[in-house]
Amino acid sequence: MTTTTEIAVGTELPPLRVTPISRATLALFAGASGDHMPIHIDIDAAKKFGYDDVFAHGMLSMAYLGRLLTDWVPQEKIRSYRVRFTAVTPLHAEPTCTGRVTAIDDGIAIVELTVTLADGTVTLRGDATIDLT
Amino acid sequence: MRIDPEKAKALPIRSIEADVERGRLRFFAKAVGQTDPIYSDVDAARRAGHPDLPVPPTFFFSLEMDDPDAFSFLADLNIDLGRILHGEQSFTYHSLAYAGETLLLKSRIADVHTKKGGALQFLVKHTDITRPTGEPVAEAEFSLAISHPEVTS
Repeated sequence: MTTTTEIAVGTELPPLRVTPISRATLALFAGASGDHMPIHIDIDAAKKFGYDDVFAHGMLSMAYLGRLLTDWVPQEKIRSYRVRFTAVTPLHAEPTCTGRVTAIDDGIAIVELTVTLADGTVTLRGDATIDLT
Repeated sequence: MRIDPEKAKALPIRSIEADVERGRLRFFAKAVGQTDPIYSDVDAARRAGHPDLPVPPTFFFSLEMDDPDAFSFLADLNIDLGRILHGEQSFTYHSLAYAGETLLLKSRIADVHTKKGGALQFLVKHTDITRPTGEPVAEAEFSLAISHPEVTS
């Protein structure tokens, strides 16, 4: 874990690569997260809605990015955290979470966050504010 | 069917009293591949100075899902589940919460706006999360994108 005094503009967070997303990953996350939307766990429901197959919950990727943050600083230092979901995450995708400090103002660092799949697709963009005091 | 912003913002959403359970936090940690033991091992959490397992940053969304009818407001607005996607999600944190606590979640539809000439509508739900004393813990906001393919811009 980084001490917040070492954080400067341009600091890159150690990237977090997660294991490929399987149907089991989605079944577990549905139960654990409480998001039981069938489109993520039931291929028949996904097809009914016009998709070829189930796809990952956006909140699963946001949780991975949350791990990137809490691996880096103690959670109580995170003041805010937001994301935009820019593309769906298909089955078997291999997300990588990255972050970079883009500004520090009045003791608060802004970290820009991205989740990118192995084929280059960006699935999430967001930012977090970190209290450096 | 298009959402009437005034009707949506006036829609009452049931408050939730959510018990934060250790077992559920451990299950969540497993499901997201969390390897930091403070999120699953009470002794490790205590050694790190926490009174119990901390609620991880995105788990407040899951507390909202504790209501089995969490998405009943979509049915109230005649929104077809097949046309929605999670557009944005944000959290603002005031203090850490821990396993063993009971938290109150109060939600409202904060905004409805349109993009792409009406082909997409965004519905924003804001939730205030507090302790029973009223002490603020966090705020959560999600935006659902609802497609209206019948509209061509």
